[in-house]
Amino acid sequence: MNPSLHIGHSRIRKEGRAKVTGEAQYTDDVRMEYMLYGVTVRSSVPRGILKGIEFGEGIPWDEFVIVTAKDVPGELNVALIERDQPFLALDRINHPEEPVVLLAHADRYLLEKARAAVHLDIEPLPPLFDLEESLACKEVIWGQDNLFKKILIEKGDVDSVWAGAAHVVEGEYKTGSQEQLYIEPNGAIAVANAEAGVTVWGSLQCPYYVHTALKALFNLPDDKVRVIQMETGGGFGGKEDYPSLIAGHAALLSLKAGGRPVKIVYDREEDMVATTKRHPSRTRIRSAFDAEGRLLALDIDFALDGGAYLTLSPVVLSRGAIHAGGPYRCPNTSIRARAAATNTPPHGAFRGFGAPQSLFAIERHMDVAAAQMGMDPIALRKQNLLRMGDATATGQIIKENVDLPGLLDHALEKLDYSAKKENHRIHNASLGPIKKGLGFAIFMHGCGFTGSGESYLASVAGVEGRADGKVHVLAASTEMGQGANTILSQVVAEVLKVPLEYVEVVRPDTALVPDSGPTVASRTTMVVGKLVQEAAIGLRQTLIQSGFLKVPYDGEGFSSAVKQYIAKNDHLKAYSQYNTPPQIVWDDQLYKGDAYTTFAWACYAAEVAVDTRTFEVKVEDFVAFQEVGRVLNPTLAEGQIEGGVAQGIGYGLSEQVVWSKGRMANGQMTNYIMATSMDIPRIRVYFEENPYPNGPGGAKGLGELPMDGPAPALLNAVQDALGTSAPREIPLTPERLMDLLDLMDFLEPSNV
Amino acid sequence: MARLLDVIREDLELTGTKEGCGEGECGACSVILNGKLVNSCLVPAVQAEGAELRTIEGVASDEQLHSVQESFLHCGGAQCGICTPGMVMAAVDLLKRCPHPDEAQIRDGLAGNLCRCTGYGKIVDSVAQAAERAIQVAEESRS
Repeated sequence: MNPSLHIGHSRIRKEGRAKVTGEAQYTDDVRMEYMLYGVTVRSSVPRGILKGIEFGEGIPWDEFVIVTAKDVPGELNVALIERDQPFLALDRINHPEEPVVLLAHADRYLLEKARAAVHLDIEPLPPLFDLEESLACKEVIWGQDNLFKKILIEKGDVDSVWAGAAHVVEGEYKTGSQEQLYIEPNGAIAVANAEAGVTVWGSLQCPYYVHTALKALFNLPDDKVRVIQMETGGGFGGKEDYPSLIAGHAALLSLKAGGRPVKIVYDREEDMVATTKRHPSRTRIRSAFDAEGRLLALDIDFALDGGAYLTLSPVVLSRGAIHAGGPYRCPNTSIRARAAATNTPPHGAFRGFGAPQSLFAIERHMDVAAAQMGMDPIALRKQNLLRMGDATATGQIIKENVDLPGLLDHALEKLDYSAKKENHRIHNASLGPIKKGLGFAIFMHGCGFTGSGESYLASVAGVEGRADGKVHVLAASTEMGQGANTILSQVVAEVLKVPLEYVEVVRPDTALVPDSGPTVASRTTMVVGKLVQEAAIGLRQTLIQSGFLKVPYDGEGFSSAVKQYIAKNDHLKAYSQYNTPPQIVWDDQLYKGDAYTTFAWACYAAEVAVDTRTFEVKVEDFVAFQEVGRVLNPTLAEGQIEGGVAQGIGYGLSEQVVWSKGRMANGQMTNYIMATSMDIPRIRVYFEENPYPNGPGGAKGLGELPMDGPAPALLNAVQDALGTSAPREIPLTPERLMDLLDLMDFLEPSNV
Repeated sequence: MARLLDVIREDLELTGTKEGCGEGECGACSVILNGKLVNSCLVPAVQAEGAELRTIEGVASDEQLHSVQESFLHCGGAQCGICTPGMVMAAVDLLKRCPHPDEAQIRDGLAGNLCRCTGYGKIVDSVAQAAERAIQVAEESRS
């Protein structure tokens, strides 16, 4: 028995004190001498040709710094997967929030007047807003066929199955867009001049994405661009790729202003309307079962609305497609996935990254199928859940000992499923307006980048001994509330066997930290954590071999060894680079093999009360049961799950993006409805710990997992409450449920 | 017209008070004005003339954290931290009005402050723990 010093303990958040006192410095808290404010003039027309820019009367334009596409010194388009999205529109307008002109001035009030006084002369072209119309190429607005990416995953032969199957069940499922709604809006401050290059401070998830984009924009070498993350007030994917634009805009203004600092911070509406949101989706599923409910075939057509530019759509589509078959064993599977262009602002990353869309469809479909076949949804799942040795849709053999039927049983026990079911039977038989129901979803989430993504990234992270005897963690992984600072510190302190206060995480700054990849994809703990663990092992070995560190030692002994080593050798650094674990094989062309090194697994179960007068769905109880390897910090892990579930409840029930001509019409917190403390119950979180050998301390990734399960669990519970499988689209707002039930004559006198 | 929030953040340079929405929905800019919790983005600065103002910077005394701040640290009530100053102000205000709140009262007291990270459970725990600590301290001082 070798008890852990830090792993598995709820250590207090490293930067927590600065946050509870208000001392933490976010981007908008920074003011610099001679600083100007910047704003963006946007197209407002969804598609067209830019003919001219007029600067209206009554504004002292000579006082303003004005930037258009013509001022761009290097690559006009943002360097990401493809270079198709311009920092500023040159002649073509492809969505109603396309940035066209940038203005800077010291007076923010005058700046707003000036923004309104810029008139864009745009000759409109016919826009495309509908995903199906884009797939059908009603207009061609991107490439040859509007498709950013198509993927085909094939296993067995689905067409050999339909004729002989006992049951064939079909369904179509839709998910809406969703706004990340971090409480701190996007923002950046930039200083740019010809000699020194470009420095940016910003609210961002991925410093090296911004670094790459700015190098191309200004045509500068690595060391002339520096990106520094400020304290970041939530990201959830919404600060993954868009900060490259804001940073670029601020830097273009600063360059033209002769190097004066320029700050751009969006107000809430601009942030909601102009920046990325979750991809809307449509999934059609055709499934075949034998007489006992064994899954024989799954034929899935999965489509995402990508918005006007490619941005991250191919990889969102990829994760969505791979998760589309759910956690089921199915010998014949065909998954056709497409991401298509529309004239809305580009959709981007949001926690879950395609998986919440496709998992909603399959988990909702399993309950629809159970109802159609007259089977119990629990029994239907148990017939088909993956076990060790089974193959997923991509042919990935499950090599870990995962007990999904057990996870399902445990979640339902915690919900008190049987007793509640009986109570509901009696309750719902009475004539009251409230109907109660239970539902669940069982699902997985792939940890780390999809396919060969991690191999391509080849991330590097390190640790550094300091002259004061402390150890610094060097990684580009950003803290945005999820706890990266604390987890990386715990992993390193565990290896070094020192108290947590001997380890500090360096604020991500591309001049100081190596590229450990973006802070996305549930990869920070599992992938970057492993790298800093290995680096810390190296650092400790170096100290022992040098003779300065003698085992056993205490914190002070370690610290003094570090000081002595540095006094003699100047510096003490150790790095580690990612290596794909053995026996992980992926084919990018065929979409076959090990899509992820491992998966986190979960079953979420919910109790709802549906008011058949107001059509509100109230979540009465929620159980989140998961296996995420070993839990490194229970308080932080629970916090991630609880917060993710709250976002998932919003995704399922209330968070509706209303579109009007390609633009979000409800870009305010007043009418885009996220949960308050009054709207959601206590989320009951449970972990089944099954250490994962390739993660630090046995950990897998868990950040995105909780986003996947709530929406299907809640709609399955609504099906149970109302006895109809009609709800197939989220968010299931009261208005949408009312229309659905109206359509079905659910409220005929005999039913009320 | 300058808002109280602008005066606090720009003129007084007290940047602990945050702007999340500018329309009184999120509560990130909560401060206590003449003993009442307000959204400082909705208060015209002129209205605050001569008023007593307490911001997050006035909650801890020197190095000693307020019991609400202490419990936010221990219970995981702060994640990204951007709602935290406003949330702490709302909790301080609630505990002053209602020193022994039950869970429903805590949820009601924080209903004007949005948090996107936590799902509120650990914030509720933080406030409950702060209330408990205050009771313990009171009892210890009596005995």
